[in-house]
Amino acid sequence: MAGTAVRGRLTWQVATVEAVRDEAPAVRTIELRAPDWAGHQAGQHLDVRLTAEDGYVAERSYSIASAPGEPVAITVERLEDGEVSPYLTEELRAGDEIEIRGPIGGYFVWDDSASGSPLLLAAGGSGVVPLRSILRHRARTGSTVPVRLLYSARSLPDVIYRTELDGYHDGVEVIFTLTRQQPPGWTGRIGRVSDAMLTEIAWPAGDATTAFVCGPTAFVESVAASLVRLGYPPPRVKTERFGGMGET
Amino acid sequence: MSPISRGFHGRRREPAGDSGRVPPGQYVTEDFPVLSAGPTPHTATADWTFAIRQAGQTSKSWNWQEMRALPAEDVTVDIHCVTRWSKLDTRWQAVSIDTLLAQVDHEASYVLAFCDGGYTTNLPLADVTGGQAWLAYGYGGDALAPEHGGPARLLVPHLYFWKSAKWVRGLELLAEDEPGFWETYGYNMYGDPWREQRYAGD
Amino acid sequence: MDELDGNAIGGLLEEIFGVDMTTATGTCASCGASGPVAEVVVYLCAPGTVARCRVCTAVLMVVVRRGEGSCVDLRGMAALAPAPA
Repeated sequence: MAGTAVRGRLTWQVATVEAVRDEAPAVRTIELRAPDWAGHQAGQHLDVRLTAEDGYVAERSYSIASAPGEPVAITVERLEDGEVSPYLTEELRAGDEIEIRGPIGGYFVWDDSASGSPLLLAAGGSGVVPLRSILRHRARTGSTVPVRLLYSARSLPDVIYRTELDGYHDGVEVIFTLTRQQPPGWTGRIGRVSDAMLTEIAWPAGDATTAFVCGPTAFVESVAASLVRLGYPPPRVKTERFGGMGET
Repeated sequence: MSPISRGFHGRRREPAGDSGRVPPGQYVTEDFPVLSAGPTPHTATADWTFAIRQAGQTSKSWNWQEMRALPAEDVTVDIHCVTRWSKLDTRWQAVSIDTLLAQVDHEASYVLAFCDGGYTTNLPLADVTGGQAWLAYGYGGDALAPEHGGPARLLVPHLYFWKSAKWVRGLELLAEDEPGFWETYGYNMYGDPWREQRYAGD
Repeated sequence: MDELDGNAIGGLLEEIFGVDMTTATGTCASCGASGPVAEVVVYLCAPGTVARCRVCTAVLMVVVRRGEGSCVDLRGMAALAPAPA
């Protein structure tokens, strides 16, 4: 059975950088070639391990940006005080090797279980990364599940995957809210996600309506609490916190 | 054998070197990383007290004003975190633990520091006396920030910095050594960075 | 301080338990609250990894990396049950 990937215990494997692509200021997608990659589900993440010449090791987790079936890719935001993200977003280049392990996580996963119920995605800043994997997976499978993505970003240039998100039409609505700066003539939403905004945008809480909320911890807690107040059963509000990364 | 990540350096750090100031296995940093096992408590100085307790009773306690009225000193020390970061020449404003313990009669051999948020750590009495330990309320000339242990923390620089308990609210005087938070989870009861006593059994 | 959630220790837990644990249900020994491990409060920046109950903040689990292995303390959990297959 040559070429069959064995799904076993989580092990580190060497991946080669195929390409890097800048998505926004300080945000870069890294496409990887990992021969032993066993595939992944939409919403999962992987761990990256880097080793400096003196043996110093750093490990971080990053959401997988690509859909199941696509080559594995991550999108990394450079954090000002970061130790790993500046390296990944500025230094790493095609041909370099990094160690990865994954895919990880069965909780924050969407797999179009054919319920047909609407999907709400709420992204704070780089929290959009695993949600983009979900959107790409939905498109690739031809799913007709109605989706709304509410994406909170500091400004329009900070929006990751802008062109791709603008290109979704069939059953996907993308709503931006810009919190710090808006372009001239902006008619879209302004300011942080609030109860009022969610009341307008979120699907009515139904038995099978599911929400995926991802971004900085404060964003996730605020949005998740709002959705529960709107009647979403807590088990149907999936959360993934990226830690305090400042205002989005 | 992990491949070396070309061009990756990590946080700016210097290894121990020959100066003799940095314990084995440590890196020197200019940062002051915030390491915590739980939410940051925010205790107002108006609500703050520091107590010395023994046999289930408070032997002596000070409120903020009383503590600040005690003789205090500027202390400049090197600190060493068990996560391998060392920071040199850190400046604190602090009251010596000797000053506090002098006001209590006791025959204790050990102390257990207790803190807002439930953190505890244990030390031999001999290591918090003789000018080796302080109650620190200022860092670098400013009030100690909550994320670094404010309003006040223990400062015991000759041991790994997990012994310098943040948000400290008192010392329990004991006859026997009792493991505190990290000690319960496998860290060394004593924690001498010069003998690399990180884990139990080291 | 960065408060994360159980997703952030997905890899660590899978390394220890051999299966994904983010969907496992944990029950707090202190207050009885239960929920997915993915939703516990996690502190990564400490001498060890600490998971706390979102409801009562009691410590649920502590993982201390020691050399090549890990020491896991689960005394804070009354129960930890993997999700049904």
